Amino acid sequence: MGLMEKIFGAGWGIHPADRKRPAADIPLRRIATPSHLYVPLQQHIGAPARPVVLVGQKVAKGQLLAEAQGATSAAIHAPRSGTIVSVGDITAPHASGLPVAGIAIEWDGEDRWHEPDDLPADPFALAPEDIGRRVAAAGIVGLGGAAFPSALKLNLGKRSGIHTLILNGGECEPYLSCDDRLMRDFARETVEGIRLMLHATGAREALVGIEDNKPEAIAAMTAAAAPFGEVQVRPVPARYPMGSEKHLFSTLTGKEVPADGRTTDLGVLVHNVGTAYAVQQAIRLGRPLVERIVTLNGGAWHAPGNCVVPVGMLVADIVTAVGLKQDPARLIMGGPMMGTQLPGTFVPVVKGTSGLLALTADEAAAGEAQPCIRCSSCVRACPVGLLPLEMAARIRTDDYAGAVDLGLKDCIACGCCAWVCPAHIPLVQYFGHAKGELAARDRAKLRTDATKRLVAARAERLEREAKEKAEAAARRKAERAAQKAAEAAAAAATADRTTEES
Amino acid sequence: MSAVPIASPHAHGGAGVSRIMAKVMLALAPATLYGFWLYGWPAIYLWIVTVLAALLGEATCLRLADQPARPVLLDGSALLTGWLLALSLPPWAPWWLGAVGGLFATIVAKQVFGGLGQNLFNPAMVARVALLISFPVPMTAWVAPLPLTAAGAPGLFDGLLVTLGSATQLDAVSSASLLGHAKAELSRGVDLLHSLGGHPLSLAGYRPGSLGETAGLLIAAGGIAMIVMGVISWHIPAAMLAGIALPAAIGHAVDPARYLDATTHIFSGGALLGAFFIATDYVTSPNTRAGQLLFGLGCGLLTYVIRTWGGYPEGVAFAVLLMNALAPAIDRLLKPRIYGRNRKGAPLPS
Repeated sequence: MGLMEKIFGAGWGIHPADRKRPAADIPLRRIATPSHLYVPLQQHIGAPARPVVLVGQKVAKGQLLAEAQGATSAAIHAPRSGTIVSVGDITAPHASGLPVAGIAIEWDGEDRWHEPDDLPADPFALAPEDIGRRVAAAGIVGLGGAAFPSALKLNLGKRSGIHTLILNGGECEPYLSCDDRLMRDFARETVEGIRLMLHATGAREALVGIEDNKPEAIAAMTAAAAPFGEVQVRPVPARYPMGSEKHLFSTLTGKEVPADGRTTDLGVLVHNVGTAYAVQQAIRLGRPLVERIVTLNGGAWHAPGNCVVPVGMLVADIVTAVGLKQDPARLIMGGPMMGTQLPGTFVPVVKGTSGLLALTADEAAAGEAQPCIRCSSCVRACPVGLLPLEMAARIRTDDYAGAVDLGLKDCIACGCCAWVCPAHIPLVQYFGHAKGELAARDRAKLRTDATKRLVAARAERLEREAKEKAEAAARRKAERAAQKAAEAAAAAATADRTTEES
Repeated sequence: MSAVPIASPHAHGGAGVSRIMAKVMLALAPATLYGFWLYGWPAIYLWIVTVLAALLGEATCLRLADQPARPVLLDGSALLTGWLLALSLPPWAPWWLGAVGGLFATIVAKQVFGGLGQNLFNPAMVARVALLISFPVPMTAWVAPLPLTAAGAPGLFDGLLVTLGSATQLDAVSSASLLGHAKAELSRGVDLLHSLGGHPLSLAGYRPGSLGETAGLLIAAGGIAMIVMGVISWHIPAAMLAGIALPAAIGHAVDPARYLDATTHIFSGGALLGAFFIATDYVTSPNTRAGQLLFGLGCGLLTYVIRTWGGYPEGVAFAVLLMNALAPAIDRLLKPRIYGRNRKGAPLPS
């Protein structure tokens, strides 16, 4: 931090107690597969996948269940071998608890992988586009949380002149240690995945950003990356939200991403370390993304730690397998700062599930909201440089335009402001509400504009038709008049002739 | 498990409004206790009356607004307002001065604006200025220190008589504050070199003044404790004290017979109390560090200007109120820069 920043207090973010240990230090476990798995068709940003299997069909582990449809989408594969029992609605892993389309599989008790047909002898001999194609076929999405289809990002590489790859191993959310565990236990595979991503994008170097509260992961990754000069491990200070794409980028490069741009505009592509591992598994072994490491943490779990969990496994089945000491005050999918509270346990783990936190009442922040005392803690905590207290005051009076003027659309919903707020004001809730309201207004405006356009078009059409009718009538009238005149003239001529003749 | 969805984050840093208020009170306690000792029972009674009046004003308004009074009273803000007001009153002031001030602070200066967090001006200072303008005589009736332990100090009962305004020997101990004395003498044509002989500056605070403003070192210690605890930052106090000290040092260097020196300015009147406890009020000061520096500097400079060239010998309350009025403008002017944007809010060029 520079002198000016020190004086004016421009440090960003917060330093929450990380609560990652002892869960992070417990060896990775495999969880027993339950009898049924419920695989949602939409586990990614974009359009849901289109099912390609039928009820009753037998599938092998890793076999395609649903294919990507549209430009932004990702394929879904069978997490275990078994029989398709239904293609229909399952409960979404979201606070709403709304149903989403999904495929239910009854496990056959075996652990049989679908045989890949075209494993490359040397993956580095593959064409870059081929790697992108295989990553897409494996249904890999960003495993850091946003779940954006990875192949789309990789394919950007050649087109937008990516020169650097940043691997996000920040894992700044408290409680979570799935990436930590992955880097400790699968460093070699992850580094190979990174090198495959370099090959796919044409980037020259890869920087692996890891928060310095994970010394074991830093050591493991440094050792694994040592033979490859193009992969560099860069420890970064532990600070929330270091794992935010833009903040990790800025910390590693010293540059800033323009508000209307992305890191790719500056030649840098950011991927999660978990994604690199998934890429390695897909390219080297032909294994699609069907399971992931999930951190089970929080005071209500019997045995906190990290587990390899198949996609589609119900939280209820995990609870049965691991056991709860007490009824959790809150059950959260993801981290405590940005995770989603689950409406119940009948929801499946998805590709983007980093953790399942069963928090006790002591751990879950549940203070009664009080009036804002304008202490401006939120202003200092905000990693984006917003004025959360002022934005909330605008939103309270439905002045959404005022909140947008203050930068509402730059808010990344990291939760730093609410975390520091002594008055326990649910600031993220305010901003989420306002963003939703604005989106609804935008949609309504589009509808109104479309209606206006249609009305105007109709009025114009009616006017045109009336005019055309009038013109046609006038024309007919004129024709009739001309005909009459001609007839009259003819009659007159006949009469004249008759007269002359007579 | 709660069925109502709760927005993230699901963790909290542990800060709380009443905890912050409690820390401020803790930091304020040493200087207050010193004031109690220095001025005896009348000061203690006045403090109690002022604090109770402030709480009563808050509770009455909440009752009128059909809001539960208990949780709001427990947040400690009204108590703190009354406390700060009491510290700024002459220690032997009659009870009604504290009562009117306390009620005025929480009713007119706070609840009328909408309660905690909504007031534009510091309630304690609004009340102090209202009292000073309305009742200039009792508001400037200073007494020489007469410690609780000294012979001749009013006891439990005599002290009550003083506060109730029925004591007769008040004149015997009346005195003038240093700033008041200096201003009066200057206006009589006696320069500072001659007039200040009998008024040595006491850093410990053994001198006439408001109830809680004289113990400069204890106030500063409390303020520094608040900075260490993270309740306030150093920006406002440092800027305000610099705003007083710099012009004072320059003036004194130019003409020591006309201008008091910086140390006297800092340790006199409510400068330290104002810098650490009044100007730092969250509600009425700017949001950003840069804004706070500007705000503190303005408070300090205005204090010096009012003290030196204004009609009143003391200027902290006026200075803070004037800068309170500017705080929203400062907040508009000095917003933090948004990530990926320039100061004007336009996206950075890529």
